[in-house]
Amino acid sequence: MPDDVVMAVWRGDPTGGDFEEYQLPAQEGEVVLDVIHRIQASQAPDLACRWNCKAGKCGSCSAEINGRPRLMCMTRMDQLPEGPVTVAPMRTFPIIRDLVTDVAFNFEVAKTVPAFHPAPPPEGGYRMQQVDIERGQEFRKCIECFMCQDVCHVIRDHEENKPAYAGPRFFIRYAELEMHPLDTNDRRELVRQKAGLGLCNITKCCTEVCPEHIKITDNAIIPMKERVVDASYDPVAWLGRKVLGRKKATPAEALDR
Amino acid sequence: MTTLAEYESHDFDVIVIGAGGAGLRAAIEAHERGLRTALVCKSLLGKAHTVMAEGGVAAAMGNVWAEDNWKVHFRDTMRGGKMLNNWRMAELHAQEAPDRVLELEAWGALFDRTKDGRILQRDFGGHRYARLAHVGDRTGLELIRTLQQRAVSLGIEVFMECKILSLLTDPEGRVSGAVGYWRATGEFVTFTAKAVVVASGGVGKSWKYTSNSWESTGDGHAMALWAGADLIDMEAVQFHPTGMVWPLSVRGILVTEGVRGDGGVLRNSEGQRFMFNYVADMFRAETAETEEEADRWYEDHAGARRPPELLPRDEVARSINAEVKGGRGSPHGGVFLDIASRRSAEYIRRRLPSMYHQFMELAGVDITAEAMEVGPTCHYIMGGVRVDADTGAATVPGLFAAGEVAGGMHGSNRLGGNSLSDLLVFGRRAGAGAADYAEGRTGTVGIADAEVAEVVKAAIEPLTREEGENPYDVQRDLQETMQTLVGIIRTGPELDEALEKLDELRERTHRVAVRGGAVYNPGWNLATDLPAMLTVSRCVTLGARERKESRGGHTRDDFPKADPELGKINFVLSEPAGGGMDGDVKVTPESIPQMPPELAELFEEAS
Repeated sequence: MPDDVVMAVWRGDPTGGDFEEYQLPAQEGEVVLDVIHRIQASQAPDLACRWNCKAGKCGSCSAEINGRPRLMCMTRMDQLPEGPVTVAPMRTFPIIRDLVTDVAFNFEVAKTVPAFHPAPPPEGGYRMQQVDIERGQEFRKCIECFMCQDVCHVIRDHEENKPAYAGPRFFIRYAELEMHPLDTNDRRELVRQKAGLGLCNITKCCTEVCPEHIKITDNAIIPMKERVVDASYDPVAWLGRKVLGRKKATPAEALDR
Repeated sequence: MTTLAEYESHDFDVIVIGAGGAGLRAAIEAHERGLRTALVCKSLLGKAHTVMAEGGVAAAMGNVWAEDNWKVHFRDTMRGGKMLNNWRMAELHAQEAPDRVLELEAWGALFDRTKDGRILQRDFGGHRYARLAHVGDRTGLELIRTLQQRAVSLGIEVFMECKILSLLTDPEGRVSGAVGYWRATGEFVTFTAKAVVVASGGVGKSWKYTSNSWESTGDGHAMALWAGADLIDMEAVQFHPTGMVWPLSVRGILVTEGVRGDGGVLRNSEGQRFMFNYVADMFRAETAETEEEADRWYEDHAGARRPPELLPRDEVARSINAEVKGGRGSPHGGVFLDIASRRSAEYIRRRLPSMYHQFMELAGVDITAEAMEVGPTCHYIMGGVRVDADTGAATVPGLFAAGEVAGGMHGSNRLGGNSLSDLLVFGRRAGAGAADYAEGRTGTVGIADAEVAEVVKAAIEPLTREEGENPYDVQRDLQETMQTLVGIIRTGPELDEALEKLDELRERTHRVAVRGGAVYNPGWNLATDLPAMLTVSRCVTLGARERKESRGGHTRDDFPKADPELGKINFVLSEPAGGGMDGDVKVTPESIPQMPPELAELFEEAS
């Protein structure tokens, strides 16, 4: 183990900034967040970063470590290549200070997702089989670290796409609701028209960075694209709807609920 | 003098401080009652400590054991709390928890299922039947996400990364609002409200080894006390005997008792298996005398007695404490928990897969190859704001409390699984209580310029000092003090010493200086957390000094037994003359309310 660690941390604000190097004695078994905390306690008490649980469960401490989106609390120093470690804020979101970005975009998108809307429970309560909820449970592992949003090239460096694009985190939210055995809303048109599902060209960058190993592309985005295709472009389904009538709510109705 | 007009200000019927499970549930309730409700939290929405809960939500739904019902759950809870609980809270909790779980399901939560499609329930320590509704080992995340999504869909206004510094009262002493600042800008903000709910969680950050996050600084406990409310049972803090103390990356992570059950042993720095030196008389008959006998037990329960590592957790904790204080601890202030030298790597990986992976991934610690460094770790506080069981009302009008910040529900010791159900049951009740109060409140809701100005001035001071104490140094010394003197095992002289040290730390807090401005500055944020941390630490220490017995989470080495007389007493803490962090805290013994006969009978039947 080297005697010292050198960490180049981006320091700055909305007007600009630069990497600042900190050198401190190495300690065994540290993660990046431990080093950041030691820098705060000893050299830079005003170094801004978010963190809460420090156990990979809350998704607060997302940053770009050596250029790659990762949770600082889950990135071991001894697994990074030797030499200075760079820590930068997530690039897709506006800077507040140092490693802290303004992630309000995500909370705004969350407000546009129509709520879960089950039918009233039958006598004796709802029944669901484990096998029928496992896909939804996979998506509900999401800790909202927003690294999938950060790495998604549709909005990374493309601020202009944000108004029309919900991003991978919310595609799994739509998928989760769409696959929920009890939900009665139909969100397929909504996810096509308002959430911009079509803009995603399944490069799987989101899946690669997900700390919860959710198969965002394979299990959520692609099935959702298929459902959207079924709903919007399948002539047989179209005829069926014409003849039998709609069973689920339209997007407009869904939004109103 | 600064006037209110210079600050951003908001007016609501109800504000809820804290957005973990209890705060979210309270806000949902107040909103659904038609009141203008706001939720204020120190972090981003959905990051609160609730996400850390793994085991489940305790609720006597009877899905797995039809015999289960609220009376059994009530009895388990009271026994777990060593009868120090507020019986009415425990009763309401046991009765209402099943409905609260079903409500989450109707809001979109996906709990694990039984074969017949109902909510699956798992066994947990202290619960007679399998009763924890769960989602794998991430139940807390499911709970907070479900409530968060519900709150967002209802359109409840959320003030994120907004730290509340103090509650505000009107001339009649009613709580009427709060003042705080935005972490992102450092700008101050005031709220007026007809009712305020504190749901700010725990206090663990004042201890060196804790499973709690930076947020758990006891803000709600302290602000309630400063506003004139009573706290109770503050000595009742739950420690886990074996949390990781090293490496830093895993410090605070709890190591399940299962490691000892599967052959792990505790050793000191001399390599000695020290638990044999600490077997109390009452356990001698059932505990192995030699290492040879203890080792035989794992294969042959009938032919050998139990290893001393499996004594009750307070016995284990006391022994670890004694070794560390005797100078035989591990390099980082714990002891060694060794399973590596005793079981094959394959066996360990098979029996403890998630522990193996967690330590490997986070710290590169291979528990199949080396010993772990463990020690007592602060986990949860049972004590808190004294509330009315039915409404969550504190003893100051206009103030309500729910969740970990509220006292009484868990007595002197909390059962696993009872915290998530506590959040739901009493979050809802506090939200309703606040709504009722707000609806009935008469007169204008006024806050005083001078009060706001005073709070703001105190908060800004660290930024204006040229030189002074580093807040991180003060925090570190506070954590060291609480860990060594007011930890899992306490003695009278050490508690007295702690009070002296807390006086010094308070002086140092008055001299804290930070640089770097007010914009998202963690150093300054910590400086503004320190007053609450000091107040809460003092309350815990004072309560611990008064309770001259050992009960539940509170262990006094100089009073090792439970005292039946003290079992009828709650210690109530208050600050009658005000004064905030510098105020005098008074401790008053009060009789625990008597249980009605129909509930008291439940304990006779079972014994």
